Amino acid sequence: MSAAPYCLEVDRVHVWRGDRHVLKGTSFRLEGGELLHVWGPNGTGKTTLLRVACGLLRPEQGAVSWMGRAIHSFAADYQAALAYASHETALKSDLTALENLRFTVGLKRAVEGAELRETLAKVGVGACADLPARVLSAGQRRRVAIARVLALRAPLWLLDEPYTNLDTDGAAFMSAMLDAHVDQGGCAVVVAHHDLALGCRVRRLELSA
Amino acid sequence: MSIGAVAAMRLLLRRELTLSFRRPEQLLQPLVFFLIVTTLFPLGLSPQLSLLREMAPGVLWVAALLASLLSMDGLFKSDADDGTLEQLALSGQSLGIIVIAKTIAHWLVSGVALVVVSPVVATTLAIPIEAFPIMMLSLAMGTLTLSWLGAIGAGLTVGLRRGSVLLSLIILPLAMPLLIFGANATDRAIGGESAAGPLYFLAALCVFTTTLAPFAASTALRITLE
Amino acid sequence: MWTWFYRLASPPYVYRTAAAFAPWLLVSAAVCIVYGIVDGLAFAPPDYQQGDAFRIIYVHAPAGWLSMFGYTLMAVAGAVGLIWRIKMGHAVAAAVAPIGASFTVLGLVTGSLWGRPMWGTYWAWDPRLTSELILLFLYFGVISLRSAFEDPNRGDRAAALLAIVGVVNVPIIHYSVQWWNSLHQGATVMKFEKSSMPGSMLWPLLAMFLGYMLFFGAVLCIRVRAEILNRERQASWVREAVQA
Repeated sequence: MSAAPYCLEVDRVHVWRGDRHVLKGTSFRLEGGELLHVWGPNGTGKTTLLRVACGLLRPEQGAVSWMGRAIHSFAADYQAALAYASHETALKSDLTALENLRFTVGLKRAVEGAELRETLAKVGVGACADLPARVLSAGQRRRVAIARVLALRAPLWLLDEPYTNLDTDGAAFMSAMLDAHVDQGGCAVVVAHHDLALGCRVRRLELSA
Repeated sequence: MSIGAVAAMRLLLRRELTLSFRRPEQLLQPLVFFLIVTTLFPLGLSPQLSLLREMAPGVLWVAALLASLLSMDGLFKSDADDGTLEQLALSGQSLGIIVIAKTIAHWLVSGVALVVVSPVVATTLAIPIEAFPIMMLSLAMGTLTLSWLGAIGAGLTVGLRRGSVLLSLIILPLAMPLLIFGANATDRAIGGESAAGPLYFLAALCVFTTTLAPFAASTALRITLE
Repeated sequence: MWTWFYRLASPPYVYRTAAAFAPWLLVSAAVCIVYGIVDGLAFAPPDYQQGDAFRIIYVHAPAGWLSMFGYTLMAVAGAVGLIWRIKMGHAVAAAVAPIGASFTVLGLVTGSLWGRPMWGTYWAWDPRLTSELILLFLYFGVISLRSAFEDPNRGDRAAALLAIVGVVNVPIIHYSVQWWNSLHQGATVMKFEKSSMPGSMLWPLLAMFLGYMLFFGAVLCIRVRAEILNRERQASWVREAVQA
């Protein structure tokens, strides 16, 4: 176990969507070497919580801080430290898998095509690197999205239902990746409606209606 | 380790242009629309060349405005639909850079294309060749300004049902000064007079909009992304 | 002084204060308008050029001024809501929009009626009327944008941004329309400089301006209260206030 310099703190966050009080004072504190499993029924704000943690959504009350600083005060650096995977795979269907990666990872750091191909191969879609995303299956697209998270090399992972459309091999791979990431001192918030079979330290946060 | 703003802009421009050219049919749509709208006027009024020449600057400009607006609502829509807009917003680059890159790319494929096609359209409206340089210069500045205004409108309406109608509704009134100065510059060029006055105003509008619009459009995007 | 400003951000405070202000504003508005109408229509001397037709200025000019004032107020209130995240700003902006739009319509209709005896037609592209028309389009855009969002918070913020962009453009539009009109020698501009008007014509006009402003304020108070009730309907103080 390595030291835990990372710390994500969500403090009493309230979010209203129109009339619905979606997040009612949710709080958690996550340190490096930990994984937070957010679960709960539909419509309880799991995705909203993740988006608040990213900084995409500003809560009406409450605050989010990373390593002690409010995330909105240093947005660019905070974004450099996180990798967000939404429920949709967020791939442009007209671009190849490789181009999709290059145009997202490339905005964060200078990256070579060879490195991205290696990452795609690691995830099991090396053969799809030069195929446009629209011809890939749902499972393959999910794997490309995972490759993106890996390639971003971020200490904080925010993943929304990452196991969607993955077969048993893919799910095993996903779990292995999460274990490796957390073991190396990174932290992760994973929204999943099912149980996670992970070897690393998992804390659970249940959201209720 | 992280890349600078200029490198990011280059990468984003490459992304946008790559995406545009993967669907070449879509690049032609505003141009064809430009031609169709221009054709409506002689059909609706009269094919008499003398009459057309008087109306030509206005007709040309109205058609160019409408054709430019037509493609504007796609500026952010595709990215918003497949979730890549969020990835861009979380890339560590400011929304301003993203907006600038997308708008410039959009102008390059639609506005500049309109300017290039304009001599053809101008000939059908009996505009003399001597007026072409001023006409094209004014159209270049006008379509650029309109792309900026359209970016603000697109940022505000992305994700709304009937967003494109609303976009035209909110942007067209703001584009009326453009129309006034641009059409007048073309008119003066046809008449052989100096078009310096309206061209300067048009240039001033262009610079003003270029300076402020990225900020407004990125604020609009931030509102939409919530 | 700043405490008063902070209190303006509190919905219950504005709700109560507006209720107190509204009747006074209405009464003073009525006084000014009645004086203005009576003096302007009956006692002011007829204009040597336009005869009695000029009297519509008493209804038309203040309406035009208030349409501009309303848009500026809407943009400022929206900016307060957008930049400082004060919800009352959005409530005021939403309340002002239809009032300002109505004054714009009033200005256009009265301007058009004035046009009939002046130019012989109900509409000629006079620069001031054209600017008013474009202003109406801008109002319509802001109102439509706000209502197009399902989430009212985002609708407020989007409408606020559009109003700010619009208010920056209004001088540009105004100037360019003037410029356009001067080129084409269109309909004669309705020029009535206040400095050249004699006192007997001027006083009723000023009274009408003041009356319209007070009326605007009164209607704004009433509408803002309705907006507050709607926006804060989940809050406990609203339930108590409504039951009282």
